[in-house]
Amino acid sequence: MPEPVVDAAVDVRGLVMRYGEKVAVDGLSLTVARGSVTAVLGPNGAGKTTTLETCEGYRRPHAGEVRVLGLDPQRDRAALLPRIGVMLQSGGAWSGVRATEMLDHVARMHAHPLDTGMLVERLGLGDCGRTPYRRLSGGQQQRLGLAMALVGRPELVFVDEPTAGMDPQARRTTWELLEEVRADGVTVVLTTHHMDEAERLADAIHIIDRGRLIASGTPAELTRGGRAATIRLVVTRPFPDGAPESLQQALGPGTEVRALDAVSMVIHGPADSMTLGRVSRWCEEHDVLPESLTLGQRNLEDVFLELTGRALSR
Amino acid sequence: MTSSTSTGTFSPRPGGAPLGRQVAAQARMEARLMLRNGEQLLLALVIPVIVLVGGVVAAGRLRLDLGADRAVDVLAPGVLALAVMSTAFTSIAIATGFERRYGVIKRLGSSPLPRHGLLLGKVLALLNVVALQLAVLVVVALLLGWRPSTEDPVASVAATVLAVAAGTWAFASLGLFVAGVLRAEATLALANLVYLLLMAGGGVVLPPSTYGAAGRLVEWLPSGALGDAMRAASLEAAVDGRALLVLLGWGVVGTVLTARTFSWE
Repeated sequence: MPEPVVDAAVDVRGLVMRYGEKVAVDGLSLTVARGSVTAVLGPNGAGKTTTLETCEGYRRPHAGEVRVLGLDPQRDRAALLPRIGVMLQSGGAWSGVRATEMLDHVARMHAHPLDTGMLVERLGLGDCGRTPYRRLSGGQQQRLGLAMALVGRPELVFVDEPTAGMDPQARRTTWELLEEVRADGVTVVLTTHHMDEAERLADAIHIIDRGRLIASGTPAELTRGGRAATIRLVVTRPFPDGAPESLQQALGPGTEVRALDAVSMVIHGPADSMTLGRVSRWCEEHDVLPESLTLGQRNLEDVFLELTGRALSR
Repeated sequence: MTSSTSTGTFSPRPGGAPLGRQVAAQARMEARLMLRNGEQLLLALVIPVIVLVGGVVAAGRLRLDLGADRAVDVLAPGVLALAVMSTAFTSIAIATGFERRYGVIKRLGSSPLPRHGLLLGKVLALLNVVALQLAVLVVVALLLGWRPSTEDPVASVAATVLAVAAGTWAFASLGLFVAGVLRAEATLALANLVYLLLMAGGGVVLPPSTYGAAGRLVEWLPSGALGDAMRAASLEAAVDGRALLVLLGWGVVGTVLTARTFSWE
């Protein structure tokens, strides 16, 4: 087990969590530096939420140790809770409570809460302030959840899938808010399975899969190196059947084609004009309209694919 | 005091509010939500009023034999007991069941409000709502001609308060037990069913003594005991020690069961 990291905001060492026979977290170790935005990235069921909930004191580790702001989330719960903010993945409010009423209620539990009117305005909840929780849209419930996590002016916030169910506008607003929160000195730990979210927000990324840490680093560190080059092809309509095999055939040996999802493929191989030419000719022959064809830059999706052999999203 | 920290909007300044303020906020919120709920109002006031008015009218028409006492004098304390039961048992069970379902308890579990603070807030909200119900029902009963015993008003009031406190404890602990072990929908169904069964045959509105042979059993139910304790208080200005002990026994049973089984999520 690694040595404890002094003064980390979160220090998880050798964490094991089980649900009955099923091992959800399997000897996970990771740290979160104070003042950073750290993304815990992984597919559904990777153990992200379980790890977060152990840090938040909801679950007792079956093995290993967890320290949050230097405290044991179980033993020092009363001392820790006022210092952290938690955004749950879903729910967390009475069905009949009005949005602002709920936020005001959580604010009253804290000694120096933020001005709730300001938060409501910043998160675009002004229009639905008097709406009962059950009639808020999924995105509005998420934004209220984020407001509840921040209102107590915590040192550290845990946000679980913060932009799930949000429209693009709300996602951008949320990202901007999280960036401002970090700039003001709050440590942010977020889980996500969205690449763009992690790439945009995170100073550090921990990729976990099947309860294990498989890679850690800054977005730049993680996407650097690897195979010679990567070409990403994203198209406007789903590929015809057998597209990866047919493209592989067109490109010949020395390249490797993998489908990421219905509309995107990634090609590993020489990044020369011949390969690019063949890809665009293949598109023409198969009546496929490229939306983007990018060269060179590996992204987190590729990294995850290389590490696990599986696509990350969905 | 913030000399060492920056002055951004979100600059950390963590801390829990004083516990008293947290508990008061929780109690106010829970009471407000209970009173806002339409079904709750039906259970808490409309049904008891209907039972009281209907019972008084029916007793007059049917010449119901309630011994030497006037019908309204027997029915009024019984209906007050019914109101306590509706809130302390049915409402608390349903509200808590759905709080678990919707993650409210989980959400508050990560706020500075400690669990004993949450429980205390719930109890205060419950007592507030019960007090409000009793105030309304007492006025309705007096308008219908209720004349509680005046031989020792202080003893009457004291015995009533004791009965309400013991009954609230017994029923609330049983309600929390149900909410803690069943799913929210099952809790909803069971809590309403039990309420209806006890209202009809639990010795709460009418004394167990009117049930014939079954009365021997009914007086050991928390409903029968609460009804008896309330009737003794207003009819005879007396504390019904046996009934109170039965309620305390149920309170102990409910509390132990709840403590053993309740999970906050």
